Amino acid sequence: MRSERRSNPLPPIAMFCWAVVTALPLLWAVVSSVKSDDEILNHPWAPPATPRFDNWVRAWTAANIGRYFLNSLIVVGGALLLTMLLGALVAYALARYEFRGNRTLYYTFVAAMFFPVFLALVPLFFVVDQLGLLGTYPGLILVYTAYAVPFTVFFLHAFFRTLPAEIAEAAFLDGCSHAAVFFRVMLPLARPGLVAVGIFNFLGLWNQYLIPLVLNPDPDRYVLAQGLAALSVSQGYRSDWGGLFAGLTIAMLPVLVAYVAFQRHIRAGMTAGAVK
Amino acid sequence: MRHGRWRFLLGALVPALVLHVVFVLSPYAQAFYLSLTDWTGVAGAAHYVGAGNYARLGGDTLFLDAVRNNAVMLLVVPAVTIGLGLFLASALHRGGRGSRGGSAYQIVYFFPQLLSLVVIAVLWGFVYNPNTGLLNSGLRAIGLGGLAHSWLAEPRFALVAVMAVLIWSSVGFYVVLFRAAIDAIPLELFEAAKLDGAGDWSSFRHVIFPLLRENVRVAFVYLGIAALDGFAVVQVMTVGPGGPDGATEVIGLSLYRNAFTYGRFGYASAMGVALFFATLTLALLALRSGREERHAL
Repeated sequence: MRSERRSNPLPPIAMFCWAVVTALPLLWAVVSSVKSDDEILNHPWAPPATPRFDNWVRAWTAANIGRYFLNSLIVVGGALLLTMLLGALVAYALARYEFRGNRTLYYTFVAAMFFPVFLALVPLFFVVDQLGLLGTYPGLILVYTAYAVPFTVFFLHAFFRTLPAEIAEAAFLDGCSHAAVFFRVMLPLARPGLVAVGIFNFLGLWNQYLIPLVLNPDPDRYVLAQGLAALSVSQGYRSDWGGLFAGLTIAMLPVLVAYVAFQRHIRAGMTAGAVK
Repeated sequence: MRHGRWRFLLGALVPALVLHVVFVLSPYAQAFYLSLTDWTGVAGAAHYVGAGNYARLGGDTLFLDAVRNNAVMLLVVPAVTIGLGLFLASALHRGGRGSRGGSAYQIVYFFPQLLSLVVIAVLWGFVYNPNTGLLNSGLRAIGLGGLAHSWLAEPRFALVAVMAVLIWSSVGFYVVLFRAAIDAIPLELFEAAKLDGAGDWSSFRHVIFPLLRENVRVAFVYLGIAALDGFAVVQVMTVGPGGPDGATEVIGLSLYRNAFTYGRFGYASAMGVALFFATLTLALLALRSGREERHAL
């Protein structure tokens, strides 16, 4: 249908090139994860003669990637649940109830989004240490939650404001308590917003590195990002290239699978955060 | 009913507020105070040193390297990322709305945004490997072996290599963001421009760019904040880390090392405060330039 006099070939070429630049390193890592060390070192661009999945087994068990994976699941799962619960409660209370100090409270939460975490790092370490929570799951879960709540409040506050007041009023007339109105009526109505901010939070928490690096010194409790970073610099594993590539691939894979399954939601949720 | 209202509000707000005060607000407040002391982590042994830590920052050559590197990153990373993002987004738009190929490209472009910076840093550490890495062996394979370098070990390439990784990981996100904004521009504007004889470049300059100014400003703030950080990629990928010879040192890394390797907690806090003011200045500048433009309109 296009009837342009001179069709500029540059944009299509550039689009293709950037796709290659993006995908090539990722594919290369995945292919390398099933190659032998000799193949990785001497034929970096060639596919393996026979795919070797023992690299994956070694990474999962001997290199502890399996354990780090489980740690990440526990910490991120706990923090995500707590963040969504607390964030939704605060956002709802501040969006739908008028009381003195409401605005102040809102800005107290939201202002924290604009502070670099580096500024808090040193005192945070000692706060967590004094509470006896250094290197524990509950410690990480509470700190992750505390740093994820501000954006969640910011995002859901706008969302709860747009919900019609009549539905809540009708529920009150039916004799529902305040808590019942929130959990049974308003929360289900806010589902699209909860899904978007939930995806955003999951990715943010799953990819945390600085906070666990400082607050989670026990190698048995390392989260995936931490474990992978430690593995890549540890001398013992410098020589096990196949195992390292396999660990890297295992770390990428769940995100890739989730992305392929939910890619439209994920892109919408992530970009909505920047547009708001 | 009133009673129930207050009980609900307290139940909804207090738990989150306690977490917020203990783990967020109080550490931020303490950091400002600690930056004025010589605290090394021993309880009760913090001495007030006034602006001493800040004066020391000015003579700390490694910290000055970090400031210089973050400044270079701040100039280069947002500009290149936004430039590439705008270009690819308009190329996708030109390819037609909702075209199959266009959305396949978007899926690929966006993926690195989802990966942890640690995963990205480990991956690119392999790519840059001087002997077996994707980059050098690729160059050799196409007969450009002379261009192969020890990317992370040579001071003149190390920071470029770090910035390339940051740009690689974020372009896709802005392509998707800008593409959505371009698709929201009414088609008539493009058609009117075409009737006026505008080609690709001038319809980009006179239609797309002015209408995306707000998105570009937001992108500058986000990318600027990321460029002032750079910690994860540098800490995992570079030699040292921060090397060779300070070539890839960043403020966050200096802070982390001073605090958790050397135990200079007061001094490290001063770096945190400096980083805070840099971030704040960036955000205020972006905000002000936005306001001036609105006045000018």
